[in-house]
Amino acid sequence: MTAFVELYDVTHVYGGGDGPPAVEGLSLKVREGEFAAIVGPSGCGKSTMMKLATGLQRPKSGTVIVDGREVSEPIKITGMAFQNPVMLPWRTTLQNLLLPLEIVQPHRSRLRANKAEYVARAEMLLETVGLKGMGSKFPWQLSGGMQQRASLCRSLIHEPKLLMLDEPFGALDAFTREELWCVIRDLHAQRGVTVILVTHDLREAVFLADRVFCMSARPGRIIAEREIAFARPRDLDITYTPEFAAIVHELRGHIREARAVA
Amino acid sequence: MTRSTWLKLAPYLFTIGFFLIWEAACRLFSISTFILPPPSAVWGALVQYQKPLYTNAFHTLWMTSLGFGLSIVVGLALGLLVGSSKLAYAGLNPLLVGFNSIPKVAVVPILVIWFGVGWLPPVLTAFVISFFPIVVNVATGLATIEPETEDVLKALGASRLDIMTKVGIPRSLPYLFGALKVSITLAYVGSVIGEQNASNLGLGNLITRASADFNVPLIFAALIVLAVLGVFLVAIVDVVENRMTGWAKRSQMGNT
Repeated sequence: MTAFVELYDVTHVYGGGDGPPAVEGLSLKVREGEFAAIVGPSGCGKSTMMKLATGLQRPKSGTVIVDGREVSEPIKITGMAFQNPVMLPWRTTLQNLLLPLEIVQPHRSRLRANKAEYVARAEMLLETVGLKGMGSKFPWQLSGGMQQRASLCRSLIHEPKLLMLDEPFGALDAFTREELWCVIRDLHAQRGVTVILVTHDLREAVFLADRVFCMSARPGRIIAEREIAFARPRDLDITYTPEFAAIVHELRGHIREARAVA
Repeated sequence: MTRSTWLKLAPYLFTIGFFLIWEAACRLFSISTFILPPPSAVWGALVQYQKPLYTNAFHTLWMTSLGFGLSIVVGLALGLLVGSSKLAYAGLNPLLVGFNSIPKVAVVPILVIWFGVGWLPPVLTAFVISFFPIVVNVATGLATIEPETEDVLKALGASRLDIMTKVGIPRSLPYLFGALKVSITLAYVGSVIGEQNASNLGLGNLITRASADFNVPLIFAALIVLAVLGVFLVAIVDVVENRMTGWAKRSQMGNT
């Protein structure tokens, strides 16, 4: 198995000092095109792991390899979405979507001359997530769920090879959340992008992911890794099957252990 | 009448009411014009001295606008510097606070020694008194960018300049306009102080001369002209603000 994202024995301390490490001896491998989910008790360093994998933070020791290269600066092939959609309120939804293209090459130098092409691309993305025709609205005119959809579009507009999702559905109600699970599921299936999803929600992890990693309490490391073998495309109905419940239950056990140790 | 008509009329009604109470109080307590002239006497002075008031007001408007313009440019530049660099903040903060604590009236004699009597001292006084709120507010706007926004952009390889132009500056605009409204009125204070001490022209100078003549109604007339000019300039800032940062006022949009 060739890993697309590989963290090997990574230890990270914020501020670079001698403080308590956020993650310690963390190792994990995610294959190209795979959907990985990382679950763990709160404060276990899940978000730190994301920052390490995208090059926003440099590890104190250990190696981070993405797409065959050791990560030593922000890697530019990632899209990110967070619990807070952080849309810029002075830009319309469409302009918000185009923001990454104003930053990342080669789009940055092509954007002005090929505006129409990129706008069409953004509008198509909006349509796939069910926001057709909403591009001209300002983000604050959209509901929370719609903003999160738009935020997903923004993370995908520059066609990243790696999509990092940090509890993107954490602030949404249960129905909207399940709707968005399906949106993400379909985007992943269409684009073959590698996804790393950080979440508190075990059902979400099991429904979406090919592989679930459980992290221990701080300092975080991987204490369990579970393949999820359900055939794709998955329907929301599988979340009510006994097999599904058994896996969720098993993972729940790992989290309980992780919390007990802490 | 509906609530919104009342809201529209409120500024006029309150202003008229203020002058009516003033007039009534002067008559009721038969206060001497020498102590507190009633609005009717001030109006008389306004009409009688309209020509000098007009030319001097125009001069003061110029001095204030120049000083204010200068403080926008310098305040923005300093604010962007202080807000985007921790080192600049740590280094400049005590200097800025210290400088702002100096009474600007005390600076005017120094300006006169440096530049002589003329238009420079009022402009510079207006500038030094009004740039500080702009620096502080722009720096605050930059310092409060959401960390997630920064992460999204940094992960794409955005430079500090990118983050500044795409997020920092637009985001600090509402803060900037808040500061401008404070600054513009301070700039008037500055230019009038400058004119009182170091100029042969302007409303400040007119006030100094009027007080030497014990012409109290004229002093009040000049003060009222200053107040009107202040309201006028803040209104202009308001219009520009609504054009540029309407997105930041969405909570009020629901009411209109």
